[in-house]
Parts: sequence; structure tokens; C-alpha cells
Amino acid sequence: MDFSPFWISLKVAFCATLLAFVLGLAAARLVSALRRGRFVLDGILSLPMVLPPTVVGFFLLLLFGNRGILGRALALAGVSVLFTWQGAVISAAAVSFPLLYRTARGAFEQVDPDLVFAARTLGMGELRIFFRILLPAAWPGVMAGTVLAFARAMGEFGATVMLAGNIPGRTQTMSIAVYSAVQGGNRALAYRWVCVILAISFATLLLLNLLTERQKTGRRDSRWRFR
Amino acid sequence: MALSVDIEKRLGAFRLCVSFEAGDEAFGLLGASGCGKSMTLKCIAGIERPDRGRIVLDGRVLFDSAGHIDMPVRKRRVGYLFQDYALFPNMTVFDNLCCGIPGNRRERRRKAGEYLERFYLTGLEEHYPWQLSGGQRQRAALARMLAAKPDILMLDEPFTALDNDLKWQLERELMDVISRFGGTTLFVSHDRNEAYRLTERIAVMEAGALVEVRDKRELFAGPRTLAAALLTGCKNVTRIERRADGRFFAADWGIFLKAERGMETAGYAGFRAHYFEPAVEDAPENVLECEILRVVEDTFSVIVLFRQKGNPAAGDRSLLRYELSKEAWSRLEGQGCQTLRLRIPPEKLMLLERRDALGTGNEG
Repeated sequence: MDFSPFWISLKVAFCATLLAFVLGLAAARLVSALRRGRFVLDGILSLPMVLPPTVVGFFLLLLFGNRGILGRALALAGVSVLFTWQGAVISAAAVSFPLLYRTARGAFEQVDPDLVFAARTLGMGELRIFFRILLPAAWPGVMAGTVLAFARAMGEFGATVMLAGNIPGRTQTMSIAVYSAVQGGNRALAYRWVCVILAISFATLLLLNLLTERQKTGRRDSRWRFR
Repeated sequence: MALSVDIEKRLGAFRLCVSFEAGDEAFGLLGASGCGKSMTLKCIAGIERPDRGRIVLDGRVLFDSAGHIDMPVRKRRVGYLFQDYALFPNMTVFDNLCCGIPGNRRERRRKAGEYLERFYLTGLEEHYPWQLSGGQRQRAALARMLAAKPDILMLDEPFTALDNDLKWQLERELMDVISRFGGTTLFVSHDRNEAYRLTERIAVMEAGALVEVRDKRELFAGPRTLAAALLTGCKNVTRIERRADGRFFAADWGIFLKAERGMETAGYAGFRAHYFEPAVEDAPENVLECEILRVVEDTFSVIVLFRQKGNPAAGDRSLLRYELSKEAWSRLEGQGCQTLRLRIPPEKLMLLERRDALGTGNEG
């Protein structure tokens, strides 16, 4: 059995989660600080979550294709993400980004706003407040979002096929391998990949439950507040 | 060294319109909850943005709508003590203190150590906020606030939700902090006793507006407005109508009143519950013939709830309150007279301004 889909999936999911993490946190902070226009912006940022992945893939093709804005910019640097594992990373990141962004925003908005105000009256800069106060206080929620995003990136299919294609050993991830195996009539291979994916997905959900459970029972700040 | 505030802010149906000046003193903002006290502090700190107006602290313009100046919070140098202290839960006491101290690492550590010692927190450096007692938590928050070298202190109801013993202890510590600070201190409270003990001048706030700004002794001795009378603890108030003979008719109490000083704009009269004097004889004015409804025994006093006999007026204000010591009450009972008559000494009657025109449209 060729194990390359497993390693490609893992590599793609890790990189995509990292990308979604950075962009998702930045977007979450931005939107939670906005006063006007947050409804519309939030809608746009969450769109990849509800759109069919093929539609997301179509938009990514428009952007990163040879005639797309980003595609042409990358071509100047001699790079193309079409039919590469980097393309798979971009697809997976685009689809899992809303999950991270939304949970992180929820976590940021649950942080006692007085903490941020207090930090400002003490003269702390916004960047320092974010990393020293907001992020640590919202950490359990942010972690839960990260796990969700990772799980989603692992299972990405539609957008990935559109942008990165299905090249065994290069862009074929586990979920695409299942599709290929079924198409090729190789039931036994499909079963094997299905089992691996099931195991990984279930483990991720267990991890998620563990994190949210800890968030509920172990929050220190709820203990030291008066009421 | 002074603070000058003149701001306006609209929030739905609520309108905040506040203007006052404070020097190097402890200045109190007294008002019922939801009257805009905290909002005023937040505007000064920059947490909330007024719609219009100007805020100047020690010659520095913090906010000026006409000049499009809105200084960021972190540059205003304001010390703000939040209701539940807002200590950073993920940091130790020591790190909490370091947050507000400028300078390099060594400088910070030295300063933080100094303030820890001053606030009796030595030995608790490595503790997290949830490991501290209520008193230690307030001291940590005060130390953090003062270590940042603010130009003004703003205390937002620091004692709500504390039990009485702790409250008293923390209040004494806060007194020391205020007198040692020496600059402008704004203290927000809905508790008149707290405000009286901790401040020199008090601004009474009602529905987003300041109704009286005065020396605390003058304010408590003779409030001029209904809001101030109620907030300073006056239990008996009535609407009054001026009659041609110069007397007032107390519409809620159902008797005629005479006051020492007249006031053209008076719409209400107030009388404190412990100023009643037992009267032997009836008189055409200032005497109540009591129909006693209930006698409540308090810890160290007796509270008599009564109405004027035959008073047709209904409502809460027609119910009067007489407070006296237990001994005085048992003496009164011992005399065994049939009806209790109480006199209102004219010099103790407070005539209160009608504030209807200024308080329009503001709720909550």
C-alpha cells in the first residue's frame, strides 16, 4: 500500500491550519473591534463555510490561475500553485479558515472587556494587549477552533481537487484517495483509507471535547470573580 | 492640576450631559445605578467616546470634539480602578504590576518590587489573582494602577458586592491611597455614606445630568433638589403647592407647612426621619397627627411608619417615616397619650427645587 496520501494529508492539513490560524486570529480581532460594517464583513469571511467546496475551488482557480491576480503575481516570482501540494494547502486553508475565525471571534468577545480597558489605561500598546492579555484569556476557545479547522483541513476534498488536482504521490490526499479507489473499483483500498480517516477524525473530536470540557470547568477567572 | 469636563453623549433614549471641574481633591459622583456615573468616568478615560464636548486634564486636552482631538486611552495617563479590579487572570501579581510600568526590564522589576512592598503584597509576587483574598486583590489593583504613575485616579464603585467587614477595611486603605496620591480623585458610588467618608465635594447625578455640585457638608445639610435629598437619605418628601398666604400645602402629606426661607421655584419639600419632634398640641401647620401603620424595630433604633389622619392622598409619599432611639420610643409609649403628634421644625424643613424641566426624556 502506498502511504503517500497519508503524509500528504498530514503535511497539507498542518500547513493549512497554520495559515488559517494566523489569518483567522487576525480577522477575528479585527471584526470584534469593529463598530460598523461587521455584519457584512463577518458574512464575507464566513462564506467559505457554507459555500460548496467546489465553488470555493472555482474562486481559488480564478485567483491563482494563470490569468488570476495572485496567479500572475506568483508567476512573476516563478511560482505556480496549480497542481502542487501548496495549492492543496491554500484550498484547505480557505475552507477551514471560517471555522477558526468564528470560534476565535466568539472567544475574544467573551473575554471581560474591562481587562482590555484596564490594559489600555495602564499604557499598554494594542499588540502587547493582544498577545499578553486577549489571546491567553481566549486560549481555550482559540484552541477548540484550531482543532476544528485542522479536522476540516484533513477532510478537504472539493476545493483541493479543483486547485491541486489528483496527482498520486504529489497532491493526492487521503480523502481524494478514497474517491480514486472507489472510482477505480479498488474497494479494499477504499476501506483502508476510510478506516484511517475515521480514526483520525474521531481522535480529533475527542481532543475537541477535552478542550471544551476544560474550558467549562477549569476556567480560573470564574473562580476569582466575586459573583 | 485640575480636571475640566464638559461632555455630551447620547445612547438611545439616554442622554448624558455633564459639566464639572475638579482640582486636587477627592471628588464624588453620587447617583442611582444607571444614571451615567460610570459612563462619565469611561468618557474621561477614553473607553467611551462622547458625542460632543471637551475634557482637559492638567492642561492636556484629552478630548475636544471641536478640535478633533481624541487622545488614545494609553496616552491619557488615567488610573482606573474597575468594579471587580480587572486583574489579568493569566499573570502573577508581579507581572500584573509590571504591565503599567514604563522603562526597561530592570527598571520595571525594581519599581514593581517597591509598590508590592508599599501595598503589603511582598511574598505574593508569584500568586495568581484567583489565589488572592478580596483585600489582597484590591491592593494589587491599586498598586498596579499607581505604579503606572497616573495623573488622575478614577474609582468605579470599588466596594460593590463586598461584605461589610471587608468593605470597611478596604475603605480605610483607599482613604490612605487617596490622601497620599494628592491629585484629582474621582469616586463613583451610589452609597451616600461611602461618598461622604471618602470625598470632599460631591456631584449629585440624576438621569445623565449633574443636578448639584457642592461641598459634601453643605449638600447633606441642605440639599436643593429632590434627587439630592433622596440620595442623601431623606426619607420623607412631598409635593408642595404655594398658597396665597405664603404657606405651602403638602399634597402628599395632607397638611400645611411653613418654612423658614421661601423659594420661588420649590416644587417639593423634604424632611429627614430623625428630625421630628413630639408635639403636645395641634397647630394649623407643621404638625402631623399620626395614624401609625407599623412600628419596625431596627438594630439600634425604632422606625415608625405613619400617615396623617384623614389624609385622602394615596401613594408611597403619603407614608411618612419617623426614626428615633429605642429609649425615646419607650418613653413616648410610656406617656400613653392617645394620638401621637409630631412637629416639623420649620428650620429643618428642606424646600426642594423642581427639576422637571431639566430632567426631561431621560430614563434609566
